[in-house]
Amino acid sequence: MAAPLLEVENLQVHFETEDGLVKAVDGISYTVDRGQTLGIVGESGSGKSVSSLTVMGLTRARNARITGTVRFDGKDLLGTSEEDMRQIRGNDIAMIFQDPLSSLHPFYKVGAQIAEGVQAHRDVSKAQAWDRAVEMLSLVGIPEPRKRADAYPHEFSGGMRQRAMIAMALANDPKLLIADEPTTALDVTVQAQILELIERLQSEFDTAVVVITHDLGVVAEMADEIAVMYAGRIVEKANTDTIFAAPEHPYTWGLLSSIPRLDAPRDEELVPIAGRPPSLINLPGGCSFHPRCPYVREAHTKVDPELKPVPGAPGHEVACLLDSSVRRKLWSELRSGVKPAEARSDVMEEAR
Amino acid sequence: MSVSASEATGANPVAREKIMEVEGLFKHFPIHAGFFRRQVGAVKAVDGVSFDVLRGETLGLVGESGCGKSTTARLLLRLMEPTDGSIKFEGREIAGVKGNELKALRREMQMIFQDPYSSLNPRKTVGSIISDPFAIHGMHKDAGERKKAVQELMDIVGLNPEHYNRYPHEFSGGQRQRIGVARALALRPKVIVADEPVSALDVSIQAQVLNLLRDLQRELGLTLIFIAHDLSVVRHMCDRVAVMYLGRIVELATSDQLYSHPRMPYTGALMSAVPVADPRLAAAKKRQVLVGDVPSPTNPPPGCRFHTRCWKAQEVCRNEDPPLVAKDGGNLAACHFPLSDAEVLERVPSARNVNG
Repeated sequence: MAAPLLEVENLQVHFETEDGLVKAVDGISYTVDRGQTLGIVGESGSGKSVSSLTVMGLTRARNARITGTVRFDGKDLLGTSEEDMRQIRGNDIAMIFQDPLSSLHPFYKVGAQIAEGVQAHRDVSKAQAWDRAVEMLSLVGIPEPRKRADAYPHEFSGGMRQRAMIAMALANDPKLLIADEPTTALDVTVQAQILELIERLQSEFDTAVVVITHDLGVVAEMADEIAVMYAGRIVEKANTDTIFAAPEHPYTWGLLSSIPRLDAPRDEELVPIAGRPPSLINLPGGCSFHPRCPYVREAHTKVDPELKPVPGAPGHEVACLLDSSVRRKLWSELRSGVKPAEARSDVMEEAR
Repeated sequence: MSVSASEATGANPVAREKIMEVEGLFKHFPIHAGFFRRQVGAVKAVDGVSFDVLRGETLGLVGESGCGKSTTARLLLRLMEPTDGSIKFEGREIAGVKGNELKALRREMQMIFQDPYSSLNPRKTVGSIISDPFAIHGMHKDAGERKKAVQELMDIVGLNPEHYNRYPHEFSGGQRQRIGVARALALRPKVIVADEPVSALDVSIQAQVLNLLRDLQRELGLTLIFIAHDLSVVRHMCDRVAVMYLGRIVELATSDQLYSHPRMPYTGALMSAVPVADPRLAAAKKRQVLVGDVPSPTNPPPGCRFHTRCWKAQEVCRNEDPPLVAKDGGNLAACHFPLSDAEVLERVPSARNVNG
């Protein structure tokens, strides 16, 4: 098997601040193959964006302490100089940001902004770069691309701006596309258009995609594999079907049962996760999810769980101190509509 | 099959009385240009909307951004002057009330805003934010009594009453939204309008606020008008849902009916666009992607406003504006060629599940 396109190993990104050390990303590992889509799911402050910005070399602030390795196409990105990084960024790795209005320059024509990226990485004339920009705009489905390339960002609608961003990101045929909340600012109908566009372009160019989102629906439709992040760590990782059909981490359960679903009975009660995400400066001891976990035991407040393979399920990894058999029983209870507190007394007291 | 309009819109077994009646509501924002700032056109944000709100129900308003749902809500609360039309609250015309009468009306209707960060004054304590409505309306003049009333409200919405003297920045997003809810409840209003109350919150917190709103509505018998762009949230919360497009209501039905049997192709496309958090269902559905963008509300297309993006559009749709009338299944829909059940099943995964 060929080496994966992107290999992140034990990546830590800490920021020194006046209030203390912010452990934004605290030892995460994942790989992405060519043509594959990895979904990173988590709440705000879980470190999902910071980890991807680090891959792009965009967190090199003076107060940042970055350790671990990021290998892209056989090259160690963390050791790469800023100069070389600029050659990779926008060329081999491209990024789509959440807010297209603030990531496009308001003073320059959309075509010029795309052409600039092409000229920065390719030895082409200005006219050739402009043609490439027009070609990309038509590829992402903007009508009358030659005319629209001459327009300014404010003349575009939200969906068209996001398309222009995608055109810009894909102009140099990147091997890896990082999409940070690509559709959060958009209406559902436009979101469907954009998701379909990313999928189509991905299959055409065999691009690897990392999609970062808090929307479980979006990853269910796009991702092959999902990593669930909580407080700077990956707490569960598996292929998409497994995450939705047989999740094993209580946080993943919490996420799944706190969203209303179109395919569930309408009067179904939502089960929110109690409390709120912890401060990244003062992480709780032991398992960092323990203050919000309904199944916590004394030992969980002291022992820090590692991300370990689930027995009998290749590719499925979970960081939870509960026994796998207990977790499976809990999930089957929860899925049949039992409340967490009852599930706990049913399954865990009996196990004692 | 013909269904009378009242039966269709109020399919609730208990016949509920109307608390609000909206008839032919318009809001046009003028556009001025040139040296003399002459009016050259108007943004037709709300362009002829009629509906009833039943006492004790949750009515959802959905649609893409710019469809006029927030403007409609603000008109209902009289936060804006309607250009034309009638709004009745408990049988009384309120579209033109002013001064003290308007102030008295504010006690009956309150609003919860989208952004819990910008809708709370950062320099005031939570106690004074929640008690502001009391001060404005001259209630609970005694300081001790007022504090007690505020702490009761904080308790109702699940905030620790001891945090009375804290400032908004000391609370998380979900807690701030609870402060917003407590403030809206302070005057014991009959109607609450919630404009995207959870869209700024994290997933795990969103459920806490949704459950709170649902419980409060049941306990206090509130009438809730719920605006959101997240269709799964709307289905979870609402008894009836109105779908808006370009300043008009294009479909109105009970939640169950709307989500399992949408009639208007636009509603069908909205449902089909919602990403489902179930990989198997997601793979099975035929996604109905709408082409293009919403046309400009300054100059809406003639005939059916949706015809420029509709896959079923025919000649008649380009010329004749369809009225909002009861269709097969009881939904009110403004459409010449409503969707058949087979077309719905193919495109909307939720319908498949509801139907077993």
